[in-house]
Amino acid sequence: MEQGIIIEGVGVTYQTASGTFEALKDVNLKIEPGEFISIVGPSGCGKTTLLNVLAGFLKSNTGQACLDGKPINGPGPERGVVFQQYAIFPWLTVVENVAFGLKLAANKTAHDRIDEIVDHFLELVGLQDFKKSYPKELSGGMKQRVAIARAYAVNPQVLLMDEPFGALDAQTRQFMQESLLDILEEEKKTVVFITHGVEEATFLSTRVVVMASKPGRIREVIPIDIPYPRKASVKTTPDFVKIRAEIDKVVREEFQKQRQ
Amino acid sequence: MESDKEGGLMTDHSSRDAVIQTFKAVKKRQQIEKIGYFIASFVLVLVVWEVGRATHLVNPKLFPSFAAVCRAFVQFLKDGTLLAHMYASFVRVLIGFSLGIVGAVILGFLIGWFRVVRLIVDPLVSFFRALPPIALIPLMIIFFGIGETSKIIVLTYASFFPALVVIYQALIGLEPIYGRAAQTLGANNWEMFRKIILPQLYPHIITACRVSLGVCWATLVAAELIAAQKGIGAMMVEAQNFFQMAPLVLGVLLIGVISLVMDSIVRAIERRATAWQEKRT
Ligand SMILES: Nc1ncnc2c1ncn2[C@@H]1O[C@H](COP(=O)(O)OP(=O)(O)OP(=O)(O)O)[C@@H](O)[C@H]1O
Ligand SMILES: [Mg+2]
Repeated sequence: MEQGIIIEGVGVTYQTASGTFEALKDVNLKIEPGEFISIVGPSGCGKTTLLNVLAGFLKSNTGQACLDGKPINGPGPERGVVFQQYAIFPWLTVVENVAFGLKLAANKTAHDRIDEIVDHFLELVGLQDFKKSYPKELSGGMKQRVAIARAYAVNPQVLLMDEPFGALDAQTRQFMQESLLDILEEEKKTVVFITHGVEEATFLSTRVVVMASKPGRIREVIPIDIPYPRKASVKTTPDFVKIRAEIDKVVREEFQKQRQ
Repeated sequence: MESDKEGGLMTDHSSRDAVIQTFKAVKKRQQIEKIGYFIASFVLVLVVWEVGRATHLVNPKLFPSFAAVCRAFVQFLKDGTLLAHMYASFVRVLIGFSLGIVGAVILGFLIGWFRVVRLIVDPLVSFFRALPPIALIPLMIIFFGIGETSKIIVLTYASFFPALVVIYQALIGLEPIYGRAAQTLGANNWEMFRKIILPQLYPHIITACRVSLGVCWATLVAAELIAAQKGIGAMMVEAQNFFQMAPLVLGVLLIGVISLVMDSIVRAIERRATAWQEKRT
């Protein structure tokens, strides 16, 4: 049985008032277990759409996506998602949000373990002083960190993250990038990570996927041959700068094309 | 803004406390002002009332003085009839309202959940919600007599449809993203219902209660005016028959005050239930 994520000939069309819209066309990608794949590309090129197919929220019109040989037919706890719009539960406090998954029957966790795990991840995202706050009292970046902690807490095999660090300031973003790599050192996971930051994608990934739009498709897959563990200091090495510039060039080309 | 801790550095906490203190003080002042205006508006009504009588703008023989209404209140309170009437009215509202709400919640969920139920019930709902409950009273009296049954059916009907519409609208307006998030965390159907749908619906259910209670109360008085031995409406009919103006006006005032009190109780519950929502004033 084939391990990892296999995306085979995936196409998605949306029905809109003005006709059908081809959001994804013939997307093929094989992701090995433990890989870190970043997806970059101009806004509206279908990144979130692809993630929704992997999460199981959206059925592709053609082709299919499989995890460990099983076709993805719906959402499941083995695939954790950090949503572009955060999607933290506004009627729950910060602690309750992070503990939500752990309290479900699917992740049966002992009570004292729950507190421990929640505290650990709240500290990691730097929200230990806001445990009892409701989401409406938090800034965008803080909400995003709650969403990240909530997804990390249930320790899924696959993490699907849609611009998870987008709302964070540069320092917090850097810290969250390193923390994510630390977590992956401890627990092997497959990550699909959407971002607009080429530097971020280069720093985190084993491979960076550059997408093109109209129709949404994969333009290029660029391997990042920099050994892990990576620290922030790697960002200034010649190797890093070179790969980063290469990806930047492709992304910029796609951006130009989209504007024409 | 002042810190309550004297000397020493202003820590994050003490400055935050200070902000909270000022905030509370402002809130309190606003509350006192509100009570002041509340009293002022009542005084205004009283003045208009008495001046109207004194200047014969309204016929003083037909319209009792405030003191007379108060006397009627005390007298009815003493001989126990007032409490008996109010009790009868409350019991009817409570039973009708509860049955209506429970029914509306259940049917609301069925409609939201099953497409078939929605398709069948939708046109019926549109028709019945346009039909005022009072229109049913004569029919119900023929079917069930002038006893409690007909009144409770009318009241159940009165509270059922407004609540159903509110709950149904809320259910189809739910944000799908929270359900999706819960699914990726592993929630099963029961957990989805209890931990995602109910908490989002809870504020709407309370709104439904508020709307229904208002409609129920208005309908109750109409039902009692037509046929009842006990109840505030019945008390007014009796007073009308004997041309006792003070108890009649007392009835009007009581109905207003009771609806007001009930509405503020439900609103207080509503405020607590929706504390987490962003859009509140
Ligand atoms: N539910 C939908 N119905 C119709 N069209 C849609 C729908 N969702 C997305 N689209 C269209 O599909 C295209 C891809 O959308 P998608 O959200 O996947 O983009 P994206 O790459 O994630 O963009 P961004 O970087 O801005 O988040 C867009 O042009 C969008 O207009
Ligand atoms: Mg997107």
